[in-house]
Amino acid sequence: MGEILLPLLILSPLAASEILFISAGRISARAVGTVACAGVGLSAVISIVLSVLLLSGPATGLLQATLWPWMHIAGFSADIAFMLDRISMVMILVVTIVGLLIHIYAASYMRDDPGVARFFGCMTLFVASMLVLVLASDLLCLFIGWEGVGLCSYLLIGFWYDNPVNTAAARKAFYMTRMGDTAFLCGLLLLATAVGSLHIDTVLAAVTNGQIAPSALNMAALFILIGALAKSAQIPFQTWLPDAMAGPTPTSALIHAATMVTAGVYLIARLHDLFAQAAPVMALTAVLGALTILMGACTALVQSDLKRILAWSTISQLGYMFLALGCGVWQAALFHLMTHAFFKALLFLTAGAIIVRTHHEQDIFRLGGLRHTMPGLTAAFVTGASALAGLPLVTAGFYSKEMILSGVWPAHFRLTHELTLNGHFLWGMALLGAFLTALYIFRCVFIVFFGKSGTTTRGQTSRLMTIPLGCLCVLSLCGGIIEMPTTFPPLHLFSALLDPAASHSHADEPGWLVLAGAVVPLAGLAVAWVLWGRPSPVMREMPGQAVVIRFARTGEGIDMLYDRLFVQPFRFLTWLTRHDILDYIITGTGRLTRTASTSVLRARTDFLGTLTLWGTSGIRETDRLLGQIQNGRVRWYAAWIAGGLSAGLAMAMLS
Amino acid sequence: MHALALLAASVTVIGATMVITRKVAVHAVLYLVATMLGLAALLVMLGGSFAAMLEIIIYAGAIMVLFVFVIMMLNLGQPDSAREKEWLRPHVWLGPGVLAAIICAELLYCIVPLSDSVPSVVPITAHDVGLSLFGRYVLMVELASFLLLAGLVAAFHIGRNRVEDR
Amino acid sequence: MPVFSFNDTLLLATVLFSVGLAGVLVRRNMIFMLMSLDIMLNAAALVFVGAGARWHDAAGQVMFLLILALAAVETAVGLAIILCLHARGRPTLDADTGNLLQG
Repeated sequence: MGEILLPLLILSPLAASEILFISAGRISARAVGTVACAGVGLSAVISIVLSVLLLSGPATGLLQATLWPWMHIAGFSADIAFMLDRISMVMILVVTIVGLLIHIYAASYMRDDPGVARFFGCMTLFVASMLVLVLASDLLCLFIGWEGVGLCSYLLIGFWYDNPVNTAAARKAFYMTRMGDTAFLCGLLLLATAVGSLHIDTVLAAVTNGQIAPSALNMAALFILIGALAKSAQIPFQTWLPDAMAGPTPTSALIHAATMVTAGVYLIARLHDLFAQAAPVMALTAVLGALTILMGACTALVQSDLKRILAWSTISQLGYMFLALGCGVWQAALFHLMTHAFFKALLFLTAGAIIVRTHHEQDIFRLGGLRHTMPGLTAAFVTGASALAGLPLVTAGFYSKEMILSGVWPAHFRLTHELTLNGHFLWGMALLGAFLTALYIFRCVFIVFFGKSGTTTRGQTSRLMTIPLGCLCVLSLCGGIIEMPTTFPPLHLFSALLDPAASHSHADEPGWLVLAGAVVPLAGLAVAWVLWGRPSPVMREMPGQAVVIRFARTGEGIDMLYDRLFVQPFRFLTWLTRHDILDYIITGTGRLTRTASTSVLRARTDFLGTLTLWGTSGIRETDRLLGQIQNGRVRWYAAWIAGGLSAGLAMAMLS
Repeated sequence: MHALALLAASVTVIGATMVITRKVAVHAVLYLVATMLGLAALLVMLGGSFAAMLEIIIYAGAIMVLFVFVIMMLNLGQPDSAREKEWLRPHVWLGPGVLAAIICAELLYCIVPLSDSVPSVVPITAHDVGLSLFGRYVLMVELASFLLLAGLVAAFHIGRNRVEDR
Repeated sequence: MPVFSFNDTLLLATVLFSVGLAGVLVRRNMIFMLMSLDIMLNAAALVFVGAGARWHDAAGQVMFLLILALAAVETAVGLAIILCLHARGRPTLDADTGNLLQG
């Protein structure tokens, strides 16, 4: 059963994609939307069936399907093989169900776009690649999906390719993730040479057996981490994600919030046994994650573009997941991945609906008072914002964030014998991040929905768009209660699902941890109310002239830094090769000899002068001859090669 | 040596010599086809009938057709053959001829004559070649496919009709 | 005794290679240069097949196949360049007129 359904799960969106690409321009927008939704919907049904199959089996059971051997050469083998275990089960459910909701929404959202078939072709292709990535049981096969989602991301960011800004953003995203892909490939090659196979089970077994040298293991983990960082837009690769908002909003919701950017998190969670052996890399992951939380939150606090705020918030939330991965609580990372997919998709889709109804206005300061004209969207956005902020008890975000925070607290890293990094410090950073999260998202809420109205609105949100919003609202509110904090009733469905063997006793954990996690978002909400929410708000806009604000608004100047660090030196190198230095030296020597010869010519009356004249003219002749060698003619070059060959052969004969 | 082998070898060498001395490009192409056919006959005698078939099909067939097409598209005429004649005056031959002769002599000198003779030619069939090609040399096949793809892209890009550039 | 021994193969290949080399060096017309290059490649391929026959190894013909692929790519790109130059209005196919790389 599983052997048939697993390939079918991927095949269904892939077939939809092929149909859409081939029939582009020949069928109506309505038919396009139907085909895309049918493809993804079928795959959602299959994934639910598969989950039921998997859960009805034994706790450690998995479904496998090997399609065909890819390559078998001496010392290495790879298969096209898929595997469904409990980690990938969570992912396929998230990908297909959230994907289906977003496709339904997009069918209405993109209805009037001339390129709607191309759009849905790319979206369904993305779902197929993402499923390949998630299900692959071989890292090389996973890499196919990894590249496939990158390609679809590129195609969809540059969807409106008429505008050069969009294509530039697409290229930027492609290049930035490509750097990470290269590192990822390096890591794969290291593992492949050490193990001889990239099958995930084989690799993890080799790691736990201690078959790989620690240095190689650390390097491989580091390379894979770099790949994951680039895919998930973490420090230092975070700059591509805000620009990626140039794409259509459903794209931002599906690819750049819910699924593709979490591929890095999934990868590390998948290989958590490998990372557990590489302690320095784990510490690096945690620190980078914590830094990204703060950086993303601070930047989101000063942005004025609605979609960019959400993009920076995605970066910051992904930071939470990386922090959890670094601290070894990968179950918490996956849990947050799931709830984040719900509420961030909700926020993006609501933002898209708002933007459509306000004549494509994205500046939050020009919006305002939308509470009166679109109460339904307001409710949806506030729901998403509460879940993002993690308002206690009623939202999904609270439970997942709480799980991360309680996992980070007891963590500690032994970097060297003297130097240890305590989890308490990282916990503090994450808590500060939670405060900032509540602050920036409710700043956005208060400015956009409260206050006096700024723009005129039009139309009504179509029924097709409100259904997914409603579903996502419910998921954002109730999706979290399957996993309770320790001090609450013992309900640990999610971690029991992922890791049935693990025990759940955090006896040493103080009770006030949960309290702190609950109070901090409320404090953020209160501060946001004081600053932006009251009828006479303290400030409408951040003081723009302050250097630090401007600095943060441009994304901490990272783009500029990269420009200085990488682009300019490269340009300099190309300039160097264009203005050939050797050329200058040769020309300069020639000029020098010429000057010398003319100056000597002046003193040619005596014998010595004549002698030097011969000398200089000889030099000049040599110079001219050397110049003639480089005459740019192919035949002469060929003749020189042949001459060199004959000389070499002659030497071989004589020796 | 067999008379037939001698005939094929002389066809090959004479054909090659004619190729590089012709003034009209189409004549050169025809001589090149003759060269290839002679070479294919030699390959059969060496036991490589599969290679010989490929030589005829791909080289004498496909690649030469490419040449013929390009020559047709270039629309060469009387002035071109006159110019070729201008370019092919005897003194032009001196330097390259000497250089090629030197290399030829050196290579011939470097050949170590093998005295042990193989009793008989065992044909290497397409079956053996296929096994070897997709067994030990499968990476080579991948690389060759990369090369062909790169060539395809490059030829397409270069040959594109850039109206806006002019 | 084979009809065509390995020594004879090497001899023929050397002569063929030298003829091709002379062609590359002496002809100014780019089409003729390409044809001469093909002759040289054929000489190399002949050696591979001869060696494969001498030592009963299919690898010789595998190499022949790879050379065939190389020759096809080389010819295609070369002819595309010639066509492109011609389409740009260059009057002759003289290889010596393209000397922008001159030092």
